[in-house]
Amino acid sequence: MILSIIGYVTLTVLAIFCIFPFILVVSSSLSEESTIIEKGFQIFPSSFSTEAYSLLFKYPEEMLRAYGITISVTAIGTLFGLFLTSMTAYVLSRRDFKWRGRFSFFFFFTTLFSGGLVPWYLMIVNYLHLKDTLLVLILPLLMNVFYIIVMKSFMSSIPDAITESAKIDGAGDFRIFMQLIVPLSKPALATIGLFIALAYWNDWYNALLFISKSELMPLQYYLYKMLGNMDGMRKAMMASGAVVNTDLPTESLKMAMTIVATGPILLAYPFIQKYFVTGLTIGAVKG
Amino acid sequence: MKQKQHGFWDDVKKYRSLLLMLVPAVLFFLLFAYIPMSGIILAFKQYDYTGGVFGSPWNGWDNFKFFFNSGDAWRVTRNTALYNIAFIVVNNVVQIFAAILLFEVAGKWFRKITQTVLFLPYFISWVVVGAIAYNLFNFDVGTINVLLKGLGMQPVDIYNTAAYWPVILVVVSAWKTLGYGTIMYLAAITSIDTEMYEAAEIDGANIFQRIMKITVPNLMPTVIILVLLAIGNVFRGDFGMFYNMVGNNGLLFSSTDVIDTFVFRSLTTSNEIGMSAAAGFYQSLLGFVTIMLANYAVRKYDKDRALF
Repeated sequence: MILSIIGYVTLTVLAIFCIFPFILVVSSSLSEESTIIEKGFQIFPSSFSTEAYSLLFKYPEEMLRAYGITISVTAIGTLFGLFLTSMTAYVLSRRDFKWRGRFSFFFFFTTLFSGGLVPWYLMIVNYLHLKDTLLVLILPLLMNVFYIIVMKSFMSSIPDAITESAKIDGAGDFRIFMQLIVPLSKPALATIGLFIALAYWNDWYNALLFISKSELMPLQYYLYKMLGNMDGMRKAMMASGAVVNTDLPTESLKMAMTIVATGPILLAYPFIQKYFVTGLTIGAVKG
Repeated sequence: MKQKQHGFWDDVKKYRSLLLMLVPAVLFFLLFAYIPMSGIILAFKQYDYTGGVFGSPWNGWDNFKFFFNSGDAWRVTRNTALYNIAFIVVNNVVQIFAAILLFEVAGKWFRKITQTVLFLPYFISWVVVGAIAYNLFNFDVGTINVLLKGLGMQPVDIYNTAAYWPVILVVVSAWKTLGYGTIMYLAAITSIDTEMYEAAEIDGANIFQRIMKITVPNLMPTVIILVLLAIGNVFRGDFGMFYNMVGNNGLLFSSTDVIDTFVFRSLTTSNEIGMSAAAGFYQSLLGFVTIMLANYAVRKYDKDRALF
């Protein structure tokens, strides 16, 4: 009895530890700037103001464009990434494919050794000429060896008899993959798809390295820029027609931007969380 | 007389559709992994823009000498390894602890809610974590200093004090990975044979004995494998974390600079392409050796779990 009380208390403390920073950001974004300057960021704000949000939504062009970039990159990247990952995984899961070991190692070796940041960077900028294109936000995250391996082990558990009988009926390999294997792999596709989508949504690194045009900035990088540079914020607002001659409520604005940039993830999170849990659980049990 | 052999091209023909399906992936890894590997020769070159990767003149070991004589090499290597070791120890201990508690004491709905909350930090980007850190640690308006001032104490200048950062970064890492790891371990605990628990209960074992004699020993294989695999990455820093938490704050480098941030900075800020390529090559080599050693250890421990 005492033990379970201790257990509940400990878990509650851990849970508060995890959620506390989020509450702090939300309440800061809803505080008056003067209160923040005077009393600092507080958990229970002693003033209430939606000024930061109304400023954000008054001239939303930059933010909406960043949203648009992130949504399109996430949608395109997840779709193609998932298709290519599962197609590759299917070939590697085919036990009758003579070179499956060799190709598996070809992919796997890239996780053991790499040329490092500099050659990779030069390849993308100087040889593929992808700097300041939408493609540079999509391509580097398209495929990941870890996802291929997870998908492959899931597909290996689909009985060979299915592929065999389809072959006898005269179906080609690609058709077997699209019409039989893909529908049977829905749980794995959902999980890996979510992982890929999350990676795209949260990506700012490729933008940091390769994007200098403001119209190509994805959401997280836009947030990163604005957090570090409120002058940029001011300029962006002036450029979009705002008359900003007084001081911006910078502190609460930073927090409001953080909330708006995180928003969709936070809203979708309770619904997609269970797929992650299922996927992780499958992965952990199978090892 | 010639006998027609079952040759390479017959296999190509036989597997042509499967091979065709591999083409995009092969191209992808050639372009983004294998061809860049050849770029490690940059580490031995005096890079100039007209010559490019292959046309620039050689300069032998000068880039490496520059890197190792700069005094940064030891610092970033030490920081990278120590941070990762601290992350591995702290994160796994907290995750196992949380997983055991969730399994042992929590009722169904409490478990669900807790799991959801613990998993939340995993979903946000490092940029957002950076904003949260600013909210907490800022000198003038940060929550921690607000609390300290409220208690009548002096505010602390966290962003300019290197000594605080090892603790902060370890806590942040634990915070962000808590949910993910807890679920992995919870899955492992759930797959333990329930008969063992029933038998222990009949024998009159209390909850502590059950945890120490059944749960923990049964978790050990999972723990050891995960830890060994993590050790393989001990020289790879989490760039997103370090960069968003401390950025390019030179005052903190003594305790926050890792190989990844160092290479990034040399490339983008000081534009020392040859030296950063050398540092990157050095990191890749260290990584390769540790992965090989970790894999060897995994193989010794449990052949089926080895990477290769």
